[in-house]
Amino acid sequence: MITYLSLFKMRLTQGLQYRVAAFAGILTQFFWGFMYIMIYQAFYQSTNTIQPISLHQLITTVWLQQSLLALIMLWFRNNEIIKLITKGDIAYELCRPVDLYGIWFSRLAAQRLSSALLRFFPILLIAYFLPYPYNFSLPNNFVTFILFLITLVLGLFIVISLSMLIYISMFYTLSGVGSILIFGVIGEFLAGLTIPIPLMPKTLIIITYLLPFRYTSDLPFRIYAGNIAYKEAIISIFVQIFWIITLYIIGKLWLKKALNKVVIQGG
Amino acid sequence: MRLYLQYLKILLKSALQYRVSFILLSIGQFFVPFSIFISMYFLFQRFEQIKGWTLYEVALCYAVIHIAFSLSECFFRGFDSFSSLIISGEFDRILVRPRSALIQILGSRFEFTRIGRLFQSFIVLVYAVYHLNLDWNYLKIITLIAMILSGVVIFAGIFILGATLTFWTIEGLEVINILTDGGREISQYPLNIYPNWVKNFFTFVIPFGTINYLPLLYVLDKTNKASVESKPPDKPKITFSTPICLILLAKAATWIANIFLNAGSGFTLGINGV
Repeated sequence: MITYLSLFKMRLTQGLQYRVAAFAGILTQFFWGFMYIMIYQAFYQSTNTIQPISLHQLITTVWLQQSLLALIMLWFRNNEIIKLITKGDIAYELCRPVDLYGIWFSRLAAQRLSSALLRFFPILLIAYFLPYPYNFSLPNNFVTFILFLITLVLGLFIVISLSMLIYISMFYTLSGVGSILIFGVIGEFLAGLTIPIPLMPKTLIIITYLLPFRYTSDLPFRIYAGNIAYKEAIISIFVQIFWIITLYIIGKLWLKKALNKVVIQGG
Repeated sequence: MRLYLQYLKILLKSALQYRVSFILLSIGQFFVPFSIFISMYFLFQRFEQIKGWTLYEVALCYAVIHIAFSLSECFFRGFDSFSSLIISGEFDRILVRPRSALIQILGSRFEFTRIGRLFQSFIVLVYAVYHLNLDWNYLKIITLIAMILSGVVIFAGIFILGATLTFWTIEGLEVINILTDGGREISQYPLNIYPNWVKNFFTFVIPFGTINYLPLLYVLDKTNKASVESKPPDKPKITFSTPICLILLAKAATWIANIFLNAGSGFTLGINGV
């Protein structure tokens, strides 16, 4: 465990070096956040019926999405791991006396966290001071916030277990660009990142509830915004744990199978 | 021109070397805008209309901007890697060759996989036109084609502008993506759903409004309907927007020409720098 933690710490400090890139990222995320808010606002102004999620709750989730993008996006790519697989440097990795799944897992977690840490605070801070309908607001009470944190962390575990599956699939396909793109787009849609899940048609909502994607971002953000009741939130935590265990087992077994087939040429 | 076609032939051959990856990428490129359109469809199912615009009208808006974007991405993405040309000094080699630098850079890359995106936007266009029941005449068809063509020109202009900036910044600027990707996303909805400052920015500074929102008012015969604009002060503006949009199109063209000139001065700067 200590090995993984120190690996995690190393990557974290490495990632925190790229400040200019983070600044550009913040600017872009602000733009996108504003755009989504303006579109939703226009939609909400065009109707009189009451929607399952209020505009202000929706705006809060939009800001959370934009600021924590690095934690929840499936297409977030780790080029190092891709290179390891395609160039054959995986051999060095296999020589290390630690478990491959564990190394990669902590690496991916650190990469996502470092990139999110640089970005989330400035975005949320500025969003907090915006005028009323646009602003990001604090949660209703402390319990909501704690539930949000728990589901967010568990959601991060799900995202990383899912992206581990993509990297493992690269042992077979070698070029991951196409499959990451397709997987990313579908996952993003089912996670409610292109259209908020409460605004989807009924059958689609049921489908998203049956798949793991929604538990990565939609769940924690809507808990924060106060759109999901405590009882449902606590049940969902168990669903999250179920998915983490399932995805972990699948990933582990699949990696073992893939590694059995790997042949490394050369001396 | 013959040289450019030659470039294209070679690039197509090299792209087809990795066939599975090529096909997967094309499919992926199909799905990216498709998911956006599907969510647009669901939003309209729930809300029925957005500030007086129906799904099919917005779909037309969406199709025009996405077709323009994918075409310009196909042809002009060579400028994406322009910063690496500057950093490595490769650009000097291009300048030495007795052909125009523009053609050589355009020919350095061609994104065939964007076919997927183009195909998807085209389906949406057909879908929108099929459901709209417009009385088409030649003028409208010409307007529609002109919208797409000038869209390509505007996107290309921004790509080149972004590339030109690297003469000063060396590193490529990510921020320019706000103008291309962001501009595309913003203007897939009719601009009048946004607050005025956004509408004005994307009409007069970055003229995306001139290639879909304003001409669409003409194509959809919305020029005289008060329902288009919810705010009264904007109404007179809309009524004479059709002639204005033509003027703005011309303006867009000169603006692009300016960028090409800019690029020209940039090139000489590059030589001086070396």
